[in-house]
Amino acid sequence: MEPTSNAFKENAHRALADANLQKALGMMRRGFPNKRATALARLPEFDALREQAKAIKDHVLENLDLYLEIFEQNVIAQGGQVHWCRTPQEARETVLAICSRLDAKTVTKGKSMIAEEMALNDYLEQHGVTPVETDLGEYIIQIRKEHPSHIIAPAIHLVKEQIAESFRQTHKGLDPARPLEEASALVAEARTVLRQKFLSADVGITGANFCVAETGSTVIVTNEGNGDLTQTVTKAHIVMASLEKLVPTLEDLSTLLRLLARSATGQEFSTYTTLSTGPRRADDTDGPGEYHVVFLDNGRSAMLGTEFQDMLRCIRCGACMNHCPVYGTVGGHAYGWVYPGPIGAVLTPTLLGVDKAGHLPNASTFCGRCESVCPMKIPLPRMMRHWREHEFERKLSPAPYRYGLKAWAFLATRPPLYRFTAAVASRVLGWIGAPHGRFRSLPLAGGWTQGRDLPAPEGRSFMSLWAERRKAGP
Amino acid sequence: MPAPPIRVGLFVTCLVDLFRPSVGFAAVKLLEAAGCAVDVPPTQTCCGQPAYNSGDRADAKAIARQVLDAFEAFDYVVVPSGSCGGMIRQHYLELFADESALLRRAQHLAERTYELVSFLADVLKLERVEARYDGVATYHDSCSGLRELGVKEQPRKLLRSVAGLRLEELPGAEICCGFGGTFCVKYPEISDRMVADKAADIAATGADTLLAGDMGCLLNMAGKLTRLGKPVRVRHVAEVLAGVAGETPPIGGAAAGRS
Amino acid sequence: MSEARAQILGAIRRSLKRGPLDAPQRAEIAARLAAHDRNLVPARAASLDHAGQVDLFQRMAEEVETTLTRVASAAEVPAAVADYLSQKNLPARLVMTPDPQLDDIPWGTRPMLEIRRGRAEVTDQVGITGCFAGIAETGTLMLISGPESPTRNNFLPDTHIIVLRGEQVAASYEEGWSRLRAARRAADGNVDLPRTVNFITGPSRTADIEQRLELGAHGPRRLHIVLVDDGPAS
Repeated sequence: MEPTSNAFKENAHRALADANLQKALGMMRRGFPNKRATALARLPEFDALREQAKAIKDHVLENLDLYLEIFEQNVIAQGGQVHWCRTPQEARETVLAICSRLDAKTVTKGKSMIAEEMALNDYLEQHGVTPVETDLGEYIIQIRKEHPSHIIAPAIHLVKEQIAESFRQTHKGLDPARPLEEASALVAEARTVLRQKFLSADVGITGANFCVAETGSTVIVTNEGNGDLTQTVTKAHIVMASLEKLVPTLEDLSTLLRLLARSATGQEFSTYTTLSTGPRRADDTDGPGEYHVVFLDNGRSAMLGTEFQDMLRCIRCGACMNHCPVYGTVGGHAYGWVYPGPIGAVLTPTLLGVDKAGHLPNASTFCGRCESVCPMKIPLPRMMRHWREHEFERKLSPAPYRYGLKAWAFLATRPPLYRFTAAVASRVLGWIGAPHGRFRSLPLAGGWTQGRDLPAPEGRSFMSLWAERRKAGP
Repeated sequence: MPAPPIRVGLFVTCLVDLFRPSVGFAAVKLLEAAGCAVDVPPTQTCCGQPAYNSGDRADAKAIARQVLDAFEAFDYVVVPSGSCGGMIRQHYLELFADESALLRRAQHLAERTYELVSFLADVLKLERVEARYDGVATYHDSCSGLRELGVKEQPRKLLRSVAGLRLEELPGAEICCGFGGTFCVKYPEISDRMVADKAADIAATGADTLLAGDMGCLLNMAGKLTRLGKPVRVRHVAEVLAGVAGETPPIGGAAAGRS
Repeated sequence: MSEARAQILGAIRRSLKRGPLDAPQRAEIAARLAAHDRNLVPARAASLDHAGQVDLFQRMAEEVETTLTRVASAAEVPAAVADYLSQKNLPARLVMTPDPQLDDIPWGTRPMLEIRRGRAEVTDQVGITGCFAGIAETGTLMLISGPESPTRNNFLPDTHIIVLRGEQVAASYEEGWSRLRAARRAADGNVDLPRTVNFITGPSRTADIEQRLELGAHGPRRLHIVLVDDGPAS
């Protein structure tokens, strides 16, 4: 997927004008946060679990090389294979090679952000393998030739009328007069169509929410059951994972699972949590004949030991975007790449370079809601600020902005001059603004006053009034 | 013999200084009424947050050192803003993390710095204020005060003691208004939509007054409400708690008799 | 790809500013893995006695649209299944896993139930399986794959009926893992996990369309548990 993060402003402008998107975002803004809050209220240990989960992941990251080696040993012991890929290209080639060897025509896919990150679908298609997304949201955006706008609810930007239209265009053999007004009808239709795809697919690809070192298991968490059909009825199960998905034991996994669903959807537990360990056993009557875990690095090993290491604790629950007021206003596509919202604001510049995604860490009010809801206590605003520092050092931020900042800092570090300037400015602006108490437009404040007034100063600076009061004595 | 008064240094904040000195004087009144001796060091300008959040650490540090110098001598530093208060209490520590001498001073300052309402309620243990305000008010939780300093119940508790005032909760009070300091300058269109949503929530409460503890948010919300023609009076919470709301027009409002 | 492997592991070590972990460090991690220490387990289920845990299991399961019938013995299971199917207007034709757990149930007492034992096919509308455990904390079922319990039987039929014994109810996921390790420990002490462990909490669902909850996205639309309260508490 070609990133458009540098066009964030233009993307956002379009998003703000998109009535369907705004309607969908309106439903999301209160929906997810309320559900999460209800779930948390029922689990008094939630914050203590967060602390433990953070410690588990920190421990894994400090020993990541060893945990990866242990995990690999255990996968191999169970008859599976581990593939190591430095770049998206290596990972794409690895997956294609497996598909080609098995003469695969169709692959079904469970949701995988890593597959999005490496643009796997396009690559497979170019090489004669048809990928079919099976998560309902992913399927919808695949047939609409769009990209996910949310990591756990990929089609959250759409309203059901748009989905009905896409189904009519895509599912050609069905009665054109069938009713598709209700969400239930859409779900039923997708179920029928995709059931055939599951059964005819050669290879199943899923992501991994976690990789358990102790057992060599990969774990997926879904509500639909698509990831299970994907891996159960195909010849091979390929798991796409990034390096940081490791957890030591099944006990550690349990702790993280208690946080994941509650943070993501406000469920106590997702409907399906599935551990996959190796290929089908000799006497099993189903399950995949081959089991492959494809690890993608793509810049993650370089994040260790830096101010961005904490980001690798992320379990992709999406709580940060569900609670982000900017995400809730512009939606996921505005962010221009795979990871939207606060995750994207940190991860996109890390993985693509800040010169390709400089807007993202800036497009935050630092309201701190993301960090406050993050189950892994990732200091997202702090990391966005680090990116702003890198930008500032490299003079990548817009020149007028930098000069304005410098001029202001010049004043702010000279208190007498600052006091004088503030006194004059409040007098002048106060005097001009006095008749209405506000400005409807003001030179240099065009962005602000386009949609709102600027309240006028009262007319005197506090410091000048205070000096007078002091002089007058008590 | 009465205990010597608590010496409080008021950090006015640049927005109160420039836009709304009434808030500064309301804070002084509240603090003096509670028995504090208040002073305002003239060498203060800004907390440095605009530079800090723009990635300009050097200037942020220079300004922060100025604040360290100006407020060394007080028992407490009180700020009528959760945002600037959060900057001093939390972010100075990060700014000086690698400079042990300055870090010690920053820690000392951070421990003594409080947002105004939190200082009144949490440190001075004020249970009520002597003030009257006739109206139905709703309260917006400014982000830094709420999430960095834990200011949530304190203003509500004190507001409930104001005679004549009824408090109506604002749905989504914890959601950012879209000000965000430099954010509203860099992304005015998004900021405007965020404050439009906030204004709709405020109007839906039916309250005639909007209160909050941060001038940035207040300027933003007041500007949107007046542009939309919503008859909501916007004030800093300190003005109401100090009982001085009658002395000035609301934020963005004209003085009486001047159209 | 072994070159990539070496490079990735090398890059991790460089970033962490160290070489490969030394023997004592490796031993420490091996010990951590072997210990299976539990982290904090919420009091919700752990604080209850077994009967309380079974009740909690039922409450939590019903919260997520699982339906549940409690019977006193295996002998009552066929009637409970037949009643459920007729109530829901479902066909009495079932596919049942060849699971020995289900062997002591006198299916013959309900000759109307037409039961085929084996792997589910796409045409099967109702399936019956056993399970490995029930997790009280969230009303979750724990199922494991094997020759007697093919995974697809948990997903293909529209209606999934599960027979759960009271003694199979465990407080927590951790308890489930302990039981699984005990059940799968070989003579040499090694634990051989089944290919698949399915934790199932309610029927399949999606909220991908306008955040509206719909049941039966890909897996079963209906999940029904027949809970047999016969065994002594474990």
